[in-house]
This record gives sequence, structure tokens and C-alpha cells, in this order.
Amino acid sequence: MIIGKIENGIVLDHIKAGEGMKLYKILGLDSLDCQVALIKNAESKKLGKKDIIKVDRMIDVNLDAIGYVDPGITVNIIKEGRLAKRTHIEPPDEITDIIKCKNPRCITTTEQEIPHVFRLTDRENRVYRCVYCESRAE
Amino acid sequence: MKHLIDIMELTTEEIDEMIETATRIIESPEEYSERCRGKKLATLFFEPSTRTRLSFEAAMYELGGNVLGFSEAQSSSAAKGESVADTVRTVGAYADIIAMRHPKEGAPLVAAARSTVPVINAGDGGHNHPTQTLTDLLTIWREKGRLHDLTIGFCGDLKFGRTVHSLIGAMSRYENVKFILISPEELRIPEYLKKEVLDRKNMEYTETTDLEGAMADLDILYMTRVQRERFFNEQDYIRLKDSYILTPDKLKNAGEELSILHPLPRVNEISVAVDDDPRAKYFEQVLNGKFIRMALILKLLEVK
Repeated sequence: MIIGKIENGIVLDHIKAGEGMKLYKILGLDSLDCQVALIKNAESKKLGKKDIIKVDRMIDVNLDAIGYVDPGITVNIIKEGRLAKRTHIEPPDEITDIIKCKNPRCITTTEQEIPHVFRLTDRENRVYRCVYCESRAE
Repeated sequence: MKHLIDIMELTTEEIDEMIETATRIIESPEEYSERCRGKKLATLFFEPSTRTRLSFEAAMYELGGNVLGFSEAQSSSAAKGESVADTVRTVGAYADIIAMRHPKEGAPLVAAARSTVPVINAGDGGHNHPTQTLTDLLTIWREKGRLHDLTIGFCGDLKFGRTVHSLIGAMSRYENVKFILISPEELRIPEYLKKEVLDRKNMEYTETTDLEGAMADLDILYMTRVQRERFFNEQDYIRLKDSYILTPDKLKNAGEELSILHPLPRVNEISVAVDDDPRAKYFEQVLNGKFIRMALILKLLEVK
């Protein structure tokens, strides 16, 4: 399968196989009107299999969201067909309005306008907990 | 310190300071009877809790202050759909300090973020109840004269028991504290607490189902109720509620220096026959709750 090069845009590489769609949704890429390619199960020397997302436009990506999904992802900025910048992501200490708390007893289920904030409580195992009820992010 | 939402926000020095204040109040209550003259405490209880509310109200009255508030959500503007943030901002115009109980976990944190006056978490669902933990710490201090070098047994519902989780967190900051965790298999302490508190701090603990077997080693026995409201399934509640009932017979292996604590209310997990045992300290604990809340109100209002 051949997906062409992009001139100006972003390539999210080394996404753990199967996580691409999750990231696509979290980053809100479905709302873009430019070309977006989600490649699943591409061959990878490092990972065996990986997902890749290519966005044919320069957009602001939420690095916290990427770091939450998988800090192994690399973010490549492409300008005039060349790699202009490569960023390796760290898991963020805190994420806001990226995921929602699933605990039915959490205040976020009834108060519509408060931000959904999760904090990294265990870096080694990448455990995030809701700041309000301390439930673990799923 | 502006609010109290989670016991772990307090340093051990701040806890020591409040225990010291509470001790002084116990020794000389008359010296404190006018300290909060002209101040008002709002008790915003979005779910009923007679015990905690009365303890806060008694604490404020004994400091010479006044109290206003509501004791259930139906009699508040929450019934009309008002947000927690709007409620506390409104109440902040009338009161100097707020004690809030709410069925939703995290509600007091939301309140604190918007409130112009100090907010005390008086219990948020099954999550935190820091003034209960302060009560427990004061009781342990008064009974043992220390918060270190202790073996504490927790018995009953260790899975949903928020008072247990908070007290374990609070006690894990003191030297040479050991825990014996006594519960049925289904109500054992959550894995995350083991990993993120006990293991991380290298705390010594054992898990057992045998209450009598653990008794001889304990300095403190902290009994808990299996709470109906924490179960989604009534059948599970009925099956587990009578797992551990403390009777005089079960205390036969216990040392004379043991102190028996319980956050109350009890259902049947401590036999009434134990009440007359000098080691039963749960009613003293209730009284300590009022004194430590007095100390907390003084601290948050910055009243000397």
C-alpha cells in the first residue's frame, strides 16, 4: 500500500499498533478537512508493527495527549517535503480535557463545566488518576 | 493552608500543631470559648450525616461562633440544578468558613477552587474524609502518646472503607508503623493502595482473615462497618456484613494496652458488651472529633 509524501504537515510515527485510532479521536483529527492518513499495522524494525498518522497540513497537535496515549510516539514536522523537526515525547505530569473520568461517583459526571484533569501518579507504570476522585484512567 | 480536602495535603508538622491545639482546648476549654466570636461556619451537607454535621456545629459553637447551613441536598439550591462552584461562592458571602459533605467524589475540591473562604471536606462519597482521619490521629496520640512505633490492625471492610485508606496514608509517614489488615477476601485493601502507598514507602504489613490470631500483636484495633451504600449489589452486602463481629470473647488474646477504635456509626460489628471494656475508645474518639475540628477551624481561620 502506498501513501504519498506530504509537503507540509505532521507525521506521528511509532504509534503502538492498534492505538492509532484512539489517538486519531483524542486529537480530534476527524474534524479536519485536509487529507489525513491513518495507517494501521505498518511494518516496523523497532516495534514489529506500528501505526502511523499523516496529516497534510501544519496543525497544532496536543503533545500532552500524545504523551498520554504513548510516549514512544515520535512527532515529525514536515516542511517543504523535508523533515524539519523530530520530537520525542515525555509522559505529561497532568492532562486536561483529553479523557473523561468513568467513575459514576465522580463530581465530573454531574458538573458539566469543570475540566477533566488527570495527574500522573506512577511514572513507571504510566498510571494517571482523576484529580477529583483519584480513579485510575482507563 | 487555606482549605482541607485531603489528609495528605497536611504535613506531619501541621498535624502535630493541630493535635497540640486540640490538647490545649481539652485542658482549658474556657480559654477558647470566645475565639470565634462573630465568625460563621456554613455546614453544606448535600447528603445527610448527622454525626459529622453535629460535630462541626458543636465545634464552632464551643469556639463562640455561629452556624448556618443545610443538611440535605433537597433543601439546597442544588435541587434546582445549581453547581457546587456557584453554591460555595454564594455561601462565601454569608459565612467565614465552609464544611461540605457531598455524595460526589471530588466535589469539595471543585468547591475549594472557587471558594473565597476556607473549605473543609466533611466527606465526599467513598473518597476522602480528612477530619475523621484527624480524629483518629488525635485519638491514637491521646491513647498512646505517639504516632510512631505502633502496630495497627484494620478490620472489616478494607476495600471500600475510606477511613481505613486515609488513616493508612496518614500513618505511613511515621516511623516503624506496622499494619495488620484483617478482612474477608472480597473486602481486602485495593491493589493500588498496596502499590502506591504501602510498597512505595516500604511499609510492613500483613493480610489475614484471622482477627483473633492477630489480636495479641496489636496496639490499635480499628474496626469498620461494612457499608450498605458502597455496594451496588444488595446480595453482596448481606453476605459480607457480618464477617467480623468483635465480642469480649474475641478479645481474650488482646493486650491490656490495646485501644479499640471505630469511626462510627456501628451496626453490629462491635458487640455492645465490648463498650464497657476499658480498651474500647470509640466514644472518646467521637469527643476527640469535636476537639480536632475546633483546632482545624482555628487554623483555617487563622485565629490564635
